[in-house]
Order: sequence, then structure tokens, then C-alpha cells
Amino acid sequence: MRAAVIVFPGSNCDRDIAVALEQSTGKPTKMVWHQDTEIPDVDLIAVPGGFSYGDYLRCGAMAAHSPVMREVKRRAEKGTRVLAVCNGFQIVTEAGLLPGVLMRNKDLRFICRDVHLKVEDSQSAFTAKYTTGDVIRIPIAHAEGNYFADQKTLDELEGEGRVAFRYCSPEGAVTEAANPNGSQRNIAGIFNKSRTVLGMMPHPERLADATLGGTDGRAMFDALVETLS
Amino acid sequence: MKAKVHITLKNGVLDPQGKAVEHALLGLGFDGVGGVRQGKYIEVDLPKQSDKAKAKSQVEDMCKKLLANTVIENFSVEVVD
Repeated sequence: MRAAVIVFPGSNCDRDIAVALEQSTGKPTKMVWHQDTEIPDVDLIAVPGGFSYGDYLRCGAMAAHSPVMREVKRRAEKGTRVLAVCNGFQIVTEAGLLPGVLMRNKDLRFICRDVHLKVEDSQSAFTAKYTTGDVIRIPIAHAEGNYFADQKTLDELEGEGRVAFRYCSPEGAVTEAANPNGSQRNIAGIFNKSRTVLGMMPHPERLADATLGGTDGRAMFDALVETLS
Repeated sequence: MKAKVHITLKNGVLDPQGKAVEHALLGLGFDGVGGVRQGKYIEVDLPKQSDKAKAKSQVEDMCKKLLANTVIENFSVEVVD
């Protein structure tokens, strides 16, 4: 599997996700600058976390209209897998690749800690190494991760099985207490209709190496390599 | 010409920042406060535009494409000379 990581001014998880990808692929990852209009021929495009364009106007709003995003959208429409993490999730919702918006956390605080996620769907290239119902531990680090969409969109996402992850307790209970940021229906990550684009607030790349305290995130990169190689 | 753009959260969308400001105002003794909603105000200079209607429609287009996120926000545009 060949992978590219998009780099915006203000991205700060671009190298982390490249390291996590290289660990699973065994190949160097292409780094693509936001002003580039072409992306190398790859199987996966990662849109990383950070504070692209200083979060000006709204998180992800400026990056969504950067030159490289036109190409990301074009590739996504052709079926190239897109993994959008944290600020990346904010960017792809602003770009219209995924529905909804990430609003300010309910308690207004920046939250940086591990959370538990319930895997809601293992039928994608991203989640194939998990089993539906699995509880995994992945860190979050955001001030704007409060997922919002209108009821109709939420019902559509649920009906089509496009909720990828929900915040839950360590035992797997999806409760208000386990919801760190006020997200509608505890949603932590969603797919597009064809399950080729995944947007999620938690950072799988931050727990993909035992030295860093856990490997629950690694299964996502391994699954991508297995599916896309 | 200049366009004055107000961007506000739609009704029904929670506004935790507005809520925090409301609590702070009540804490300062402003008893009459029944609610606070926080938004954005943006000015756009349009030196080459002389037609008010065209300026308005152009800025409304800017709002839809970039300045506002219409999933959660409403906008209103006022054009002045």
C-alpha cells in the first residue's frame, strides 16, 4: 500500500501519522504540501491533525479550500481511501466529503486524554481488523470535536451503518458520561456512503506503538495495508 | 462599497460560549439577561463594485462558500456605500 499525507501550514500530526503508516506499510510515505495541485498515485490519502491555517474563521474552513483539497476530493470521488483525523476530520467536513460539522466542545475546554471507542462497523478497509462491538482505547486532543448534524442526517448515518466509532465507557456502554465533548449520539467517527472516507476525532496514530503505551490504533493501519495491498 | 456580514448560530444549535457569557453577565449582577448568543461580524471591502444588488449577491455567495458554515450558521449581509 502506498500512502500520502497532506501537510498544511499548522499541521502537527503529519509526521506522527507518517511514522504509523510506515510502520505498517514498510514503505516511505509521500508528504504533499497544501499548495500542490497533484498527489502521487497512492492507495491512501491521510489528512492529519493540527491547527491548519491557525484555525482561522472556523477549524478546517481555510484548508478545505486549499489547492490540494480539490485533488483530494477528486481522488476520493474515484474511490481512493481517505483517512481524516482530528483537524483532518474538520477539514473534510468543511470540504463536503463528509456531512456535519465539529463544533466547540460542550464544556469549552481543550481535552487531551485517552478515550474508549466502540467499533460500530468493521466492514471497511479502515476497521477490518476490529470486530463490530470491540472497545478500543485511542487518545483525543481537541477543542472542537463536538459532532453536530441535523436529525435527518444523523438518522441517515445510522440507517446506512456509517457511524464508525462512538465514545463509550471502558466496558463499552455508550453513555452521556462517556461522551467527552457533547457529540450528537456519542459519534467519534463516520464514513462516507461508500465507506472509502473515514473521518474521526481520536488519533489512532498516537497509540500505534507499544513504546507509546498501546497499539489499539495500529490495527487500523495494518487493516488498510492488508486490504489495499 | 462595503459589505457588513453577521454570522449567527441557527436556532436549536447549542452555543456553549454564549451560555458561558450569559452566566458571567448574571454573575456580574445583570439580572435582566435572558440569554446570550455569540456570533461573528465580518466586513468585506468591495472597491470595484458599484451595484448594490450585485455586491449583495456576491457576498452572499462568499458566505455560502466560505464565510459561514450553513449546517449550523445563518448569515445576513448589509451593503453600505
